[in-house]
Amino acid sequence: MTTDTAEIKLTPKDFTTDQEVRWCPGCGDYSILKQVQSILPETGVNKEDIVFISGIGCSSRFPYYMDTFGMHSIHGRATAVASGLKIARPELSVWVITGDGDSLSIGGNHLIHTIRRNFNMNILLFNNEIYGLTKGQYSPTSPEGKVTKSTPMGSLDHPFNPMALCLGADATFIARAMDRDVKHLREVLVRANDHIGTSLLEIYQNCNVFNDGAFEIYTDKGSKKEEALFLEEGQPLVFGNDDNKGILLDNGTPKVVRLDDGMYTKEDLWIHDSSDKHKAYLLTTFFDNPSLEGHMPRPFGVFYAQDRFRYEEAMYQQLDLAVERKGEGNLDKLLRGENTWTVS
Amino acid sequence: MAKVVEEKRVVTIVFAGDSGDGIQLTGTQFTNTSALFGNDVSTFPNYPAEIRAPQGTVAGVSGFQLQFGSVEVYTAGDICDVLVAMNAAAFKVNLPRLKKSGTIIINTDGFNAKDLRLAGYESSPLEDKSLEDYRTISIDVTKLTAAALVDSGLGKKEVERSRNMFVLGFLYYMYNREIAPTEKFIKEKFAKAPHLIDANIKVLKAGYNFGDTSETFTSRYNVKAAKLPVGTYRNIMGNQATALGLVAASQKAGLDLFYGSYPITPASDILHELSKHKNFGVKTFQAEDEIAAVCSTIGASFGGELGVTASSGPGIALKGEAIGLAVMLELPMVVINVQRGGPSTGLPTKTEQADLMQAMYGRNGEAPMPVISASSPSDCFDAVFEACRIAIEHMTPVFFLSDGYMANGSEPWKFPTTDELKEIKVVHAKERKQDDPEFLPYKRDERLVREWALPGTKGLEHRIGGIEKEWDTGNISYNPENHERMVKVRAAKVARIADSIPLQTIDSGADSGKVLVLGWGSTYGVIKTALKECLEEGLEVSHAHLRYIEPFPKNLGEIIKKFDKVLIPEMNNGQLVKIIRDKFLVDAKGLNKIKGIPFSTPEIVLAIKELAHA
Repeated sequence: MTTDTAEIKLTPKDFTTDQEVRWCPGCGDYSILKQVQSILPETGVNKEDIVFISGIGCSSRFPYYMDTFGMHSIHGRATAVASGLKIARPELSVWVITGDGDSLSIGGNHLIHTIRRNFNMNILLFNNEIYGLTKGQYSPTSPEGKVTKSTPMGSLDHPFNPMALCLGADATFIARAMDRDVKHLREVLVRANDHIGTSLLEIYQNCNVFNDGAFEIYTDKGSKKEEALFLEEGQPLVFGNDDNKGILLDNGTPKVVRLDDGMYTKEDLWIHDSSDKHKAYLLTTFFDNPSLEGHMPRPFGVFYAQDRFRYEEAMYQQLDLAVERKGEGNLDKLLRGENTWTVS
Repeated sequence: MAKVVEEKRVVTIVFAGDSGDGIQLTGTQFTNTSALFGNDVSTFPNYPAEIRAPQGTVAGVSGFQLQFGSVEVYTAGDICDVLVAMNAAAFKVNLPRLKKSGTIIINTDGFNAKDLRLAGYESSPLEDKSLEDYRTISIDVTKLTAAALVDSGLGKKEVERSRNMFVLGFLYYMYNREIAPTEKFIKEKFAKAPHLIDANIKVLKAGYNFGDTSETFTSRYNVKAAKLPVGTYRNIMGNQATALGLVAASQKAGLDLFYGSYPITPASDILHELSKHKNFGVKTFQAEDEIAAVCSTIGASFGGELGVTASSGPGIALKGEAIGLAVMLELPMVVINVQRGGPSTGLPTKTEQADLMQAMYGRNGEAPMPVISASSPSDCFDAVFEACRIAIEHMTPVFFLSDGYMANGSEPWKFPTTDELKEIKVVHAKERKQDDPEFLPYKRDERLVREWALPGTKGLEHRIGGIEKEWDTGNISYNPENHERMVKVRAAKVARIADSIPLQTIDSGADSGKVLVLGWGSTYGVIKTALKECLEEGLEVSHAHLRYIEPFPKNLGEIIKKFDKVLIPEMNNGQLVKIIRDKFLVDAKGLNKIKGIPFSTPEIVLAIKELAHA
């Protein structure tokens, strides 16, 4: 690491550019932009050592609004570009900004391969369950039956479960947040940045033009307590109005119980442990359609965090090992090869 | 018994057998030994796409042709003096390549009833009268190999795998070669399996001794060392030369090399070679697909490394969008295309030059790129080095074209020393302090080149991307005048590279005359050979070979004007010819061969004569 602490304390304003922000008024992206700009000064990383790389889509305009280094690349490929950059310059703080179409449809392959290689980078996946920039077609996270411009009779696609997909690709950090709970979003952003390895943060983001209210059930005051489950390290899984419900593991099967009828107390509940992969898998399955009777609440927070070697570090170790074994490369020796003859 | 030694100037041998017979290895060993001895050599490996194609069939035949001589040779030879056939199918496929009165070395064990049936013979061709035109040496290689290894304790399969060494030893005797270089090779190859070292050397010697004692020959042959230009040489294959050229360019530029690639025939050997040179700071990244290969390379270039990606036609098609991004970003990158037969999957292991248009125009929008082509295995080194220089010094992605023929072929290479290599100038944008003028990412110098601004440099924070850039600032711009201006400036930037490249020269023949043969790529050797023949006959013909296809050298138009006619031989359906006609409004004629195999000398000679006398 060559990054030293900034001499002058940076503020969120230092990270804003002179470019006019062109998202639709009321778009959830504004809130995410603001939170990212607000946490960066706290990371202690110099502006010039930060790079934002995006693909294509509404969210991918993000780098233009960050006064750091940035690249607005092509559709679906931001993680691949970021992988090469991380190999070339492991000391940089690299952030990938992507959407549900960008990273789960056209760029699905790069997403899973980047995750398994575990480059030390942060991937912010803005999920609005719709294609916004192309004006309203269904996306790989849109629910079945979704009526959109390209599916007037309802979508036939079964949606991706992004947390399960990423954990299946052996992610070392998966988390979920939402644009409308800025305090929680901020906390999870900090944790994603602190994680060394690929941090995958899915952010539920409201597209107020083409898919307004897709996540209202989790953000609206009336339903939030019942439908959203906030994961806190070392704490029992509690949700519901007046915290009257909890989740326990009944022989390994998650079960919702009431805490207000004297049958169970918080002591009986599942304690959140983000280092437990089995529990993380179970949490990813809390993905039922919220309109179904008896569905599980949707978890928010850090599902899973694990320490595993980073590709770029391993690569540099190999480079060092090669020098140790063979000595620094000698070009003349290389060009000469093993077998030569001379014509005189 | 002392035998007569007969002198030969050039000899062409084709080794042929089943794709599992170790033919490529046998051919490569004979080549390396001959090169080390001082012969000029040129090779043409020709094998099926399947790793183990159906055994014994015509489809599964693997061939390795080589020409070696005491004079300079520029091709792997048109017709063969010697055919080594390990089985009936190999015999059937390669007999047409053999000259009348040529020598056939037959492994009789490969001509049993099953072999004959698989090769589609009703009766054994060895008993056919037509073979009387040739000299046939029949050897039961399988039996003799097994006899040599009777005490080795090796299984039947392992014994059969060393048959190729018997044949190699036999040919070493026939051409008066030392077996020491191959002994050394065997020791290195089987370092981890000592019992195979002993077995292979034993069989190699058995083959050699068999030549000596079996009274097969009335004479042995001697091909003296060639009088190549003074210097020290090594033998090199095209893909290997490409890899070394990349390492050399990274060293001369003082940049680490990043090589992003996805395995594909016939480009993978570059990846294999580079992955051996990590002690030069070479970072090879085997990506999940072709698109990730090029995109990771763009990321590495953005980070300040020499970014290189490689593939063959189908992979290049997948990379197209990202290459266009690199054009917009104006970052250095080298894109290597080791061309093979197309379209689609085409002929993966066969050679073709049909991706020139793809390199020139195969991107959406107006996306000009320099295109550089190598002309022979060893020339891959110089040409790819030059591609790297242009990419770095002109801040642009550059296409480097090779093809399957030169990639897998080999020849002697008078390798350069580090000091003899051109310098590559790397200029980075400098740190900006508070009172310095604002950094403008797309501000250009007199060559229209922008600055390379590396992340991590204070005051240079900026955003780049695929959306049209505003002049100087690089901000997003949808302004119509700006777009036209940017399209024009990107084209002008590439055109101005012509100021920094050498003028076109005539390779053989006079500066003016009746016919100019204008070539590019691996047709160099065969055109040169054809020219020699035509010039000896007094024809007014000249040969120029292009390394720079985009932009062309500044004087190319003048050269073309000095000839009555222009002939453009290409292993495609006419691509360079279209570009030449377009740029210079001349009635250039194409000579096209699209068979997955290189031109032969007579094909070129005939076309030259037809045009000269037309």
